[in-house]
Amino acid sequence: MSHSIRTNRNVMTKQADAANDSDAELRGDIIQIKDYNFFYDQNSQVLFNLNMEIPERKVTAFIGPSGCGKSTLLRNLNRMNDLIDGIRHEGDILIDGHSIYDPLLEVISLRKRIGMVFQKSNPFPKTIYENIVYSLRVAGRSKKSELDETVERSLKAAALWDEVKDRLNQSAFGLSGGQMQRLCIARAIANSPEILLMDEPCSALDPIATGKIEELIHELKKDYTIVIVTHNMQQAARVSDRTAFFYLGKLIEYNDTESIFMNPKNPQTEAYVSGRFG
Amino acid sequence: MKIKNAFVRTDKPAGEVWVWLTGLGLAIGLFMILFLLAIIAWNGFNYFWPKKVVEITLSEEDGYLFRGGPTVAGVITQERGMIVENLAPNQGYLLDQATDNPDYLREIQLYTGNRDVYGQTFAYLNKGKIESIEQPKGILMVERLEWGNAILFPRKLVFADGTEVSVEDPEFDQVLRRELSVVRERRSVLDELERRQMGRINLRIDRARNELRYFNSLPVLSERQASERADYQDRIERLNAELQPLLDESDRLRAKQQQVTFHFVLPDGAERSQPMGDVVNFYYPNAMSVFDRWSWFFFKIWEFLTDYPREANTEGGIFPALFGTLVMTILMSLAVTPFGVLAAVYLREYAKQGPLVSAVRISINNLAGVPAIVFGVFGLGFFIHVVGAQIDNWFFPRMVAINTPVFGTGGILWASLTLALMTVPVVIVATEEALAAVPRGVREGSLACGASKWQTIQRLVLPASSPGILTGLILAMARGAGEVAPLLLVGVMALAPSLPVDDLFPFIHLDRKFMHLGFHIYIVALQSPDTEATKPLVFASTLVLIMLVVVLNLTAILIRNHLRKKYMSSTF
Ligand SMILES: Nc1ncnc2c1ncn2[C@@H]1O[C@H](COP(=O)(O)OP(=O)(O)OP(=O)(O)O)[C@@H](O)[C@H]1O
Ligand SMILES: [Mg+2]
Repeated sequence: MSHSIRTNRNVMTKQADAANDSDAELRGDIIQIKDYNFFYDQNSQVLFNLNMEIPERKVTAFIGPSGCGKSTLLRNLNRMNDLIDGIRHEGDILIDGHSIYDPLLEVISLRKRIGMVFQKSNPFPKTIYENIVYSLRVAGRSKKSELDETVERSLKAAALWDEVKDRLNQSAFGLSGGQMQRLCIARAIANSPEILLMDEPCSALDPIATGKIEELIHELKKDYTIVIVTHNMQQAARVSDRTAFFYLGKLIEYNDTESIFMNPKNPQTEAYVSGRFG
Repeated sequence: MKIKNAFVRTDKPAGEVWVWLTGLGLAIGLFMILFLLAIIAWNGFNYFWPKKVVEITLSEEDGYLFRGGPTVAGVITQERGMIVENLAPNQGYLLDQATDNPDYLREIQLYTGNRDVYGQTFAYLNKGKIESIEQPKGILMVERLEWGNAILFPRKLVFADGTEVSVEDPEFDQVLRRELSVVRERRSVLDELERRQMGRINLRIDRARNELRYFNSLPVLSERQASERADYQDRIERLNAELQPLLDESDRLRAKQQQVTFHFVLPDGAERSQPMGDVVNFYYPNAMSVFDRWSWFFFKIWEFLTDYPREANTEGGIFPALFGTLVMTILMSLAVTPFGVLAAVYLREYAKQGPLVSAVRISINNLAGVPAIVFGVFGLGFFIHVVGAQIDNWFFPRMVAINTPVFGTGGILWASLTLALMTVPVVIVATEEALAAVPRGVREGSLACGASKWQTIQRLVLPASSPGILTGLILAMARGAGEVAPLLLVGVMALAPSLPVDDLFPFIHLDRKFMHLGFHIYIVALQSPDTEATKPLVFASTLVLIMLVVVLNLTAILIRNHLRKKYMSSTF
């Protein structure tokens, strides 16, 4: 994990960490977003002047009404939006104190450090085993023992091992929706990233599968920094340590989850979390 | 009850009639396809079926005779009305007779065989002048090496030592069959000897001769060249010496083939004889059980597929043409798939979409509509005259010096590449569609795992689009396998001396000319001396060509279904 930025902590986060984690002294801000503006094309600005820090090994939830730019911001963190023609940004995003837009940085090495779980589960048309080891294979690692060990570790971490350990060599498409989503989580953590981005990971799942994934998030935050986009207020309240409320591309309020839900400072936030609009 | 009225339909929904019309369009299309296939299948299979032979006695009124006699035998192939306008002036009386008996204006086409004697294969008989039609049990249909079939009544077999077995002898039939298997056996030994063993040596002699011709073409020889020339001369002599015993053996076998003579009578009564060695096969068309007929039928199909042609393709099998078509189609597929897939990957995945790419895409689509012969001309102008000539210059300078191009002339490689070029748009279009259909989620998931774009394409996108790529290949094969026009310019041959793939080093002879079913059909249908007689053969070859395309496509479809199952994307 990042040791370089431990001296670089932000006062507010420090307090937040201190409030609910005994290990707080070791925590820092792994992601820093500075004066960030983002445009899909010249005229359509989607994110406006964002400034925020995301703490290490905590769960940070992005909430806000549809179309407010949560996914856009999340997808900018691992530069997934680079695929789209005509995008443009201003400001900077730092991970571990390094700009992700550094021209010397290979976007591939950035993505190796950041796992991503998508809203719609997207297993690859391969076996369960090959799905998990994909990130190792593309990195050129193919030692059998390492792959086996990774598969077991990731599947166990994603609470899927017991269900699939006997059919690792069957197609991933044979899994249920919830299992597929957990497979995607296992795949995202296979290469031991530092940060895990999740875009509405439970939106297609039933309450039982959702519960499993929430439990999983709880487990994973011991080792990973997690950023999760969710439309489900209860979920945000249940799983996250900090919550950011966005509205029309602006960061309206960002604070401890408890404060956001119990004691929102901004009337828009209050209206949203209490379900009066959105 | 009142309420019901509210639901009574007063308006007819518009467009109902179009449903019927669209259905009708489909029905007509389907009917035409089925009709076409049915005609080809019926006529094609008919070629192999052992049909009954009739003996016809003509009524001798008005001196109506066949070759001076009243009897003629053969297979009835057609019956049709005569066209009154085409009657000769002296046949006018037929019109009067026809008022009593319309048969006087009907004509029977009879396959008589015995072309060596009659000079033609068919006889046309006035139906009204036929007195009787019988099916004599003892009549024999004989396939011969030359002159096509003979229809005859056997008389006796005369052996080299003068002993005879006459048809009255109860063992005659057995002896005849035994002699047939003896000559057939000997013929296959001869084939093996001449085609394989002697062919192998002849090939080496040819190569050495070409070298010799090269040295002879030089105005002055250096000392080294002179000694090399002498080497080749030696080699030719050695090879000829090696060949000699084989030649002797083949002469000996050929002489043996002539030793037993088969005596018979033609239906018109003429006595004739022929060496057993000329007989390929025979059957008693009127004395066969249903089982015999079917076994003969399947045996003939097998023979047709595996035999070499005889008599300028008008007899025998089509093996070299079938094999050539197969090899060419496979080579074409091997060339067109990587080429088309790479082009499509660049167009869809890497090129920046814009007017230029759109223009390229439209051009590719249009390329699919260019007449095939244009590709033939391109193949000739580019592959043969530019690429092939250059290859010859680099690798076969001696052959160039003696004006015997190797790759600078038509051959199966250039033919395959020409067809590959012709069918590449189909593969590109299908591949592009398949690539576009790979879900975005899969690509993003891969990139999020730290894969590069190329890794994503290679590991996920291409495998997932392989069923679509195969669809493109299927369409390409369907178009390429049956195309003849471009091949005329780039290496097809009516009778190629050797196969493009054999057991002689280097096994795959890309420079060789080859035979092709489509071309075979064309020449047999239009270029043979007696097109009426070869008609059934044309249908049979067409049937095989269709079957070949179907089999190739089915193979590809099976592979595709397998891949589909493997890469079926998640749906939930
Ligand atoms: N590829 C794109 N090109 C242009 N505009 C886009 C693109 N993707 C998203 N947008 C726009 O950017 C804005 C933010 O979209 P985004 O997907 O980030 O919203 P979101 O907060 O994730 O919404 P939701 O909760 O519905 O997922 C929307 O107005 C959307 O129309
Ligand atoms: Mg979203």
